[in-house]
Amino acid sequence: MKSHPLLRLLDRDSTLFLVLLGAFAIAIPVLNLLMPDGSFLHISTYFVSLFGKYVCYGLLALSIDLIWGYVGILSLGHGAFFALGGYAMGMYLMRQIGTRGVYANPILPDFMVFLNYSELPVFWYGFNSFAYAALMVLLVPGLLAFVFGWFAFRSRVTGVYLSIITQAMTYALLLAFFRNNFGFGGNNGLTDFKDILGFNIQSDGTRNALLVISCLMLGLCFLLSRAIVTSKFGMVLVAIRDAESRTRFLGYRVEAYKLFVFTLSACMAGIAGALYVPQVGIINPGEFAPANSIEAVIWVAVGGRGTLTGAVLGAFVVNYAKTFFTSGFLAPYWLFMLGGLFIGTTLLMPRGIIGTYNAWRAGRNEVLEENAKSAALEDGSAPSAPPRAAE
Amino acid sequence: MRVFSDRLIALVFAIGMLVGGIGIGHAGPYEDALAGFTTDEFSDTADSVTAVATSGSPLAPALIAALQDGRLLYSAKDKKVFIKTADDKLLDAETGKPFDGTPPDDIDPVRVNNRLRGVIDAANGALTLMAPNPNHRYEAAQAVFKSREAAVLPALDKALAAETNAKVKKALTEARAAITIAAEDSSAADKVAAIAVVSARGDQDSMALIESLPANQPPEVAAAAKAASAKIQRTLALWNTVQNLWYGLSLGSVLLLAAIGLAITFGVMGVINMAHGEMVMLGAYVTYVVQELIRTKNPALFDYSLAIALPLAFLVAAAVGILIERTVIRFLYGRPLETLLATWGISLVLQQAVRGTFGPTNKEVGNPTWMSGAFDLGGILITYNRLWIIVFTGIVFVALLGMLRFTRLGLEMRAVTQNRSMAAAVGIRTARIDALTFGLGSGIAGIAGVALSQIDNVSPNLGQGYIIDSFMVVVFGGVGNLWGTLVGALTLGIANKFLEPFAGAVLAKIAILVCIILFIQKRPRGMFALKGRAIEA
Repeated sequence: MKSHPLLRLLDRDSTLFLVLLGAFAIAIPVLNLLMPDGSFLHISTYFVSLFGKYVCYGLLALSIDLIWGYVGILSLGHGAFFALGGYAMGMYLMRQIGTRGVYANPILPDFMVFLNYSELPVFWYGFNSFAYAALMVLLVPGLLAFVFGWFAFRSRVTGVYLSIITQAMTYALLLAFFRNNFGFGGNNGLTDFKDILGFNIQSDGTRNALLVISCLMLGLCFLLSRAIVTSKFGMVLVAIRDAESRTRFLGYRVEAYKLFVFTLSACMAGIAGALYVPQVGIINPGEFAPANSIEAVIWVAVGGRGTLTGAVLGAFVVNYAKTFFTSGFLAPYWLFMLGGLFIGTTLLMPRGIIGTYNAWRAGRNEVLEENAKSAALEDGSAPSAPPRAAE
Repeated sequence: MRVFSDRLIALVFAIGMLVGGIGIGHAGPYEDALAGFTTDEFSDTADSVTAVATSGSPLAPALIAALQDGRLLYSAKDKKVFIKTADDKLLDAETGKPFDGTPPDDIDPVRVNNRLRGVIDAANGALTLMAPNPNHRYEAAQAVFKSREAAVLPALDKALAAETNAKVKKALTEARAAITIAAEDSSAADKVAAIAVVSARGDQDSMALIESLPANQPPEVAAAAKAASAKIQRTLALWNTVQNLWYGLSLGSVLLLAAIGLAITFGVMGVINMAHGEMVMLGAYVTYVVQELIRTKNPALFDYSLAIALPLAFLVAAAVGILIERTVIRFLYGRPLETLLATWGISLVLQQAVRGTFGPTNKEVGNPTWMSGAFDLGGILITYNRLWIIVFTGIVFVALLGMLRFTRLGLEMRAVTQNRSMAAAVGIRTARIDALTFGLGSGIAGIAGVALSQIDNVSPNLGQGYIIDSFMVVVFGGVGNLWGTLVGALTLGIANKFLEPFAGAVLAKIAILVCIILFIQKRPRGMFALKGRAIEA
């Protein structure tokens, strides 16, 4: 595979993805702001926010795909990093409310006045500055992931054990954030935001700007992930995914590789959360629920793990289906649908939409070229080689 | 209370009828006292109540109970007192026999005020001290201990002299000591002796009693009180520990019941069954359905409902488990992470299916009579349902242990757990073992659901509440053998209950989760890991 690095970075799928993302990022604000209300080309502000939300989910899915698709770490706690990023942004937005809150306290957010806080807790210091909050959006999830991963990977906790303790981690955080005296608004979370960087958070302009920024971040994170997985570093990651012990025996510091990608992935999830909060207007402990994290994993599985583009596509498809189903008379059947997705994807389409499509195309090309070989592919993408072969 | 007093009346009347011919009919303190009820003066009534209570007449309890319920009638003209029974018949209070003849026209209930109610309560206490049933006497002694009413002292002394039952006698002695301590005028020596008696009792009430001593006591009394207080404190601390242990044991047994099936499937097949909690939920719903059927068809069988539900829950959950294994999980072998996702999907479907069938609300599952109620063991209260669940868990655990140790299936399951390919090579049909293991694990979850239906809300979310804790038990205990699960479950249960008083329930849980996450770093395969030389297990 001798090709220009840029060509490897931007293969056909990636280019298509970036072009589409860019097109949406331009078209939606234009159609929302410039088209008159009655026009059939007009896009409602509701749709702008909805799309912005999907983009954030797409970024979360991307971060999961980076560790699950390429390193084989199934994190069932990525929702925690997402929520932590969201809380960091929420804290900034809370401080921006100032005297416009119900209790009009210039320092304390409403819920603190309500809970009889006399002064701002230390960990809220600095959140009136956007730069500090933005730093925390990266730092808090990143640090948690670093500490957690450092312990876990060093002691070689892998496979389902790792999945289970990441789930325990997000569950512990869920319980903690539900506590009123934890200082993050208890079960109500943080809400009633007024403005961000001086712009009204409800206005159409801000909403469109947030959408564009979300698309931009998604694009940047996508390029970064792409750069990682197409580099030599990425090759090592895939080697770890497919044969961890063998890679270790070849002299690679498996823990260090895993730790780096895990931390990076957590930072991406944090960014996704931070962009999500101003667009939906609330962050509460429910975001830490283990079910949310697992749901995010299924987006990746549906779209196709180990493809990056598939993860984002999966997030869009599943969430659009969720919006469609849960808003109508079909609402009671949504969980059947979702459950069916989990079962169906793992059983029938383990490579997801993109993976299956690529395999089909590769198979067709092969047929065309050699005109003989069967189109059937052996299931080479299953991450864990025969699990007990080493015993 | 109402039922109790009615029964007491019935009992007393039965005795009254028996001895009526001999004992009653002659004028005595009881008959003399009756006159006081006819004057319509509260003070006379109070005197009469005390006189009746101390008269020793077998009719006294019924009369006092009637007065309490407003069923004691009098006629001022005839100077006669009547008891109206629950079915509106009149009894002559003097003889306890049905009154035949026309009742006087000025018949009226004896009036009662608040002060009189206090007197009646004291009289009741004094009366019950002599009740024929030792349990009633015991209750009465306890009531006196708490009230420390000095007026009961004569009755108490009388009861103490007549008492033959050791347990009741002890309670009466303690009650007497309580009165002595509380009374202003008892001598210092008496008080010291009384404090010794009370401190031997050593519960919260004794503590309160000794603490309530006024400050201006003679030095020897104060010293005795201080020593007794410290001693009781120690006893209480000890009982507190025992209580925490008991709660921990109870929680641990629940966790064990929920986790043991998970541990078996994880051990044998290396897959985590996220739908395990839903098997527990199915078991609980089977119990609900069985109880509903029994309620409508044959209420007499209600006490056996759990015994009927138990095998059914096992079969239903096991059948669903085998179905899942045959249709989904067997296609995912070698892909444990995908299995995890697929079983999560199954759990969503099962939850929604149950929600659709039975509705989202909690269903009421009753306790059979042998599982309701509680008893005191020393300083702690033990409820029967918790006790039975611990016993039941023990039985399930031993049965499972025996099954793994002594049956062919158990042997094959252990072989597959230790080395799948070797087991297959010596002719064990591993696919069959997988299906049976999954069925067994699910079945055990089903019977766990029967047990949990007795202490938790039966709702579609029942399983979700236990699933993460069950994972923690499995991860902590390791999958090497069942003892790991046992130790894991009990450790988590007891640690949780010991942390709760310091940190509160939520923080205790968080602390436990953090501890497990740290523990996993030290022993990545749990406490009782399989020993072997595999590089990747």
